[in-house]
Amino acid sequence: MLTCKQFLQELNDYLDETLDPQTRAELQKHVNECPNCWVVCDTTQKTLKVFKGMDPKPIPEDIHSRLWAALEKKMSHKGTSSC
Amino acid sequence: MRLLDWNYFSVSTSTVASGFDESALVARAQAGDMAAFSELVQHYDRRVFRMAKQITQNDDDAEDVLQETFMKAYTHLGDFHGNSKFYTWLVRIAVNEALMKLRKRRSDRTVPLDEPIDTGEDEVVREIAVWDQNPEDTYSREELAQLLDQAVQSLKPAYRTVFILRDIEEMSIEETAEALGLSISAVKSRLLRARLQLREKLTRQFKRKGDDAFAYL
Repeated sequence: MLTCKQFLQELNDYLDETLDPQTRAELQKHVNECPNCWVVCDTTQKTLKVFKGMDPKPIPEDIHSRLWAALEKKMSHKGTSSC
Repeated sequence: MRLLDWNYFSVSTSTVASGFDESALVARAQAGDMAAFSELVQHYDRRVFRMAKQITQNDDDAEDVLQETFMKAYTHLGDFHGNSKFYTWLVRIAVNEALMKLRKRRSDRTVPLDEPIDTGEDEVVREIAVWDQNPEDTYSREELAQLLDQAVQSLKPAYRTVFILRDIEEMSIEETAEALGLSISAVKSRLLRARLQLREKLTRQFKRKGDDAFAYL
């Protein structure tokens, strides 16, 4: 019988779905029977989902302009030759 | 003559969005097509800047990292042999630049990046509560972005960098390990710690009212 601590140690691989079917089935059984681990698993999954759903914000205009100015300078020095 | 014309990018945005072909652009850029390289920059600059800022926690350093990353990428385009995705290669450059900034700033060694890392065997889970509802429905995108930023910033650098690469930039465990010069097991243990710490922080924010913690582990 899997303990909560053992479940927690396997949580990453469980969430990333990188476990062999037998280990996954054991963890699935534990999470179905243990309300605390179910909550931890569910909220960790939601944590990852909320981060993955965030698009990067636009770069501040002044920083963006300086990036392109620097690249333009670099490219003009190098011309059109390949590296 | 301007080599990089902003109008070019506004016209080509739809092409980038609908049919971005990274390897074709890289091949063209390696053959000296500056517009192709510019399109790669345009496609990835926000992500590189976000990552740089999350690691360095500083706008000035993030700007330096952003510039250095694309300058080095341009200079060393010929060294990219397609053994990984171009973006993974770019991330490696950016991470190195960002970590160098961090190390310089932390020359007092108060929080060294190679500090001993918890093995994950003593994970502490305190907040056991279901979330109120979908955070995207409760908070504006700006509010949510700020909350998530704060949560990531509160992690130690060693955990933060692993989480950023694996769970925000969606690199594999192997790619993350390679980019950071860590073993697979080190990445895994840091990632577990980072994920659980973030879960704790966000649960405090998003938990259902009156659904407080009960004993665990």
